[in-house]
Amino acid sequence: MNIHEYQAKEIFRKYNVPVPQGRVAFTVDEAVEAAKELGGKLWVVKAQIHAGGRGLGGGVKLAKSIDEVREWADKILGMTLVTHQTGPEGKVVHKVYIEEGADIAKEYYLGMLLDRAAEMPVMMASTEGGMEIEKVAAETPEKIVKVNIDPTVGFQGFHGRKLAFGLGLPKEEVGTFIKFASALYKAYMDNDAEMVEINPLIKTGDGKFLALDAKMGFDDNALYRHPDISEMRDLEEEEPTELEAKEHGLSYIKLDGNVGCMVNGAGLAMATMDIIKHEGGEPANFLDVGGGANPETVAKGFEIILKDPNVKAIFVNIFGGIVRCDRVANGILEATKITDVTVPVIVRLDGTNAEEAAEILRNANIENIIAAENLSDGARKAVAAAKGEL
Amino acid sequence: MSILVNKDTKVIVQGFTGKEGTFHASQCIDYGTKIVGGVTPGKGGQEHLGRPVFNTVAEAVETTGATVSMIFVPPAFVADAVMEAAEAGIELAVIITEGAPVRDMMYAKMYATKKGMNTIGPNCPGIITAEECKIGIMPGMIFKKGNVGLISKSGTLTYEASHQVVQEGYGITTAVGIGGDPIIGLSYKQLLPMFEADPETEAIVMIGEIGGDLEIQAAAYIKENISKPVVAFIAGQTAPKGKRMGHAGAIISGGSGTAAEKMAALEAAGVKVVVSPAEIGKAVKEVLSK
Repeated sequence: MNIHEYQAKEIFRKYNVPVPQGRVAFTVDEAVEAAKELGGKLWVVKAQIHAGGRGLGGGVKLAKSIDEVREWADKILGMTLVTHQTGPEGKVVHKVYIEEGADIAKEYYLGMLLDRAAEMPVMMASTEGGMEIEKVAAETPEKIVKVNIDPTVGFQGFHGRKLAFGLGLPKEEVGTFIKFASALYKAYMDNDAEMVEINPLIKTGDGKFLALDAKMGFDDNALYRHPDISEMRDLEEEEPTELEAKEHGLSYIKLDGNVGCMVNGAGLAMATMDIIKHEGGEPANFLDVGGGANPETVAKGFEIILKDPNVKAIFVNIFGGIVRCDRVANGILEATKITDVTVPVIVRLDGTNAEEAAEILRNANIENIIAAENLSDGARKAVAAAKGEL
Repeated sequence: MSILVNKDTKVIVQGFTGKEGTFHASQCIDYGTKIVGGVTPGKGGQEHLGRPVFNTVAEAVETTGATVSMIFVPPAFVADAVMEAAEAGIELAVIITEGAPVRDMMYAKMYATKKGMNTIGPNCPGIITAEECKIGIMPGMIFKKGNVGLISKSGTLTYEASHQVVQEGYGITTAVGIGGDPIIGLSYKQLLPMFEADPETEAIVMIGEIGGDLEIQAAAYIKENISKPVVAFIAGQTAPKGKRMGHAGAIISGGSGTAAEKMAALEAAGVKVVVSPAEIGKAVKEVLSK
């Protein structure tokens, strides 16, 4: 689960990770009020969406007067912000963060995530603040300093020194930096974060470190023990169909093709998308119906897939294990009674009791349900059906 | 022969009396697995599925001589259960539970490693030595005995691959579902040498997916150390960047962990990589009839 910059900064404050003063605003009036409360002569108006690249997309603006705050808040609130992370359709901005202007002497990058190979967290710092870190990693990897932190001992001074000296900080700033990094480590670990990213981390004219931006993501499996963080979930930032699917125990991700897929198991679901592509088609979605594949989940699956008007055929690919294929076949027939399925459905059922299942589908004699013999036959038929060639 | 488990392996079940534990333990018993007891704190002294229930893993191990534990406890208790098993001297913990927090698994795996216990999973179908011992949730009848070793991150793709291998007239020695979480127990790199050393295994199938770099590590290992033919399929060739595809670990982040780079690394290591998941069985036939 991801959260907004203003929420990540709330967490930072709680852990004494220094951030500039700021207030969130949902309306133009609130934005103006926030700027007045903050005082000063310089403010930043920042669009709050779950995507990076907001500045380049026109979602972060500097205001030199209260009137300018009003002007920018009015422009940004309600705008559709397109960045390299939002996709071409962009995201509508529903809130802005009003922050005091900062005196930037130098920009850095500081982030943390799980190093899967080391099986422990890694903290990364770079002098290339403000740049996309993936780009830095690809083009100038020597400019990134990394340190693995064994959670059984926690953040130690030497971890901090490796990063600080790696960044080329003068020795009188090393202590301040270590304090900052150590606080960030605690915020990450305590909250079961999956990643935290400060880009840029700035050094001010008077030698202080401040998190000018803040991004945090959390391990969904651990949210049960962080009710305060679960509450930060912003449903407006999530794809409504994906959300609906989740509520029904389905895992759905919309893609751009026209062959709908309904599969049991995440790996087989990915493999099904791959084989559709291999046979010359384009998958319309990833959908894992889970182990159950009962009439209700299958019906819901059809309903969700068919919300996408691009879908011209559906490939149901179920490998029956402990859930027998004959039961799944009956489930599919039941589902077609619950939901109106308007496109050809190619069904491939293999595994336990596959022959009985084929028999059930044959006897049902429903016009737009087409049985497939195996995985490649199913994929081929689904691709042909989507092209109107079946 | 086989790897890790066989008909003589003594297995206990942690979370024995729960709904999932009960259902799958009885399926394992039907398959022929030597389930010698189970652990449910507070239910010690009772009998379940005709086997004794213990309050602690230590008691269960002492009384039954079990060396393997199959874990079905709820996600919040997985780390505790794994560490208890390690402390009690269990040699291999097979963690079926889905949804364990990453931080918990990080600590649990470190502790298991320190105690010399191997783990499989979490969030996996388990391990099966065909027609001898099933420790997990896979449909046993799909795994006919044969000479192909199988390592897979995905459950249903494991069944699919085994089914194809059997349809081509071959069978399975041992199949291991290693799970697709960010932190997992035994992986390709540890399992490949076991299959290499197993005299009955003549070919190895490995099923990977997007995310992480375990397949890349495996490729480097295969190149140097594996003489038996390896067939591989990587799921998620069409997966978009930055989207989590069902499994917690199945995500392409910052352009790395893609199927393409994994396929290329495996191919360069001499592995027979199939593009279509329907070609796994045929590829096995091809490498075995050479």
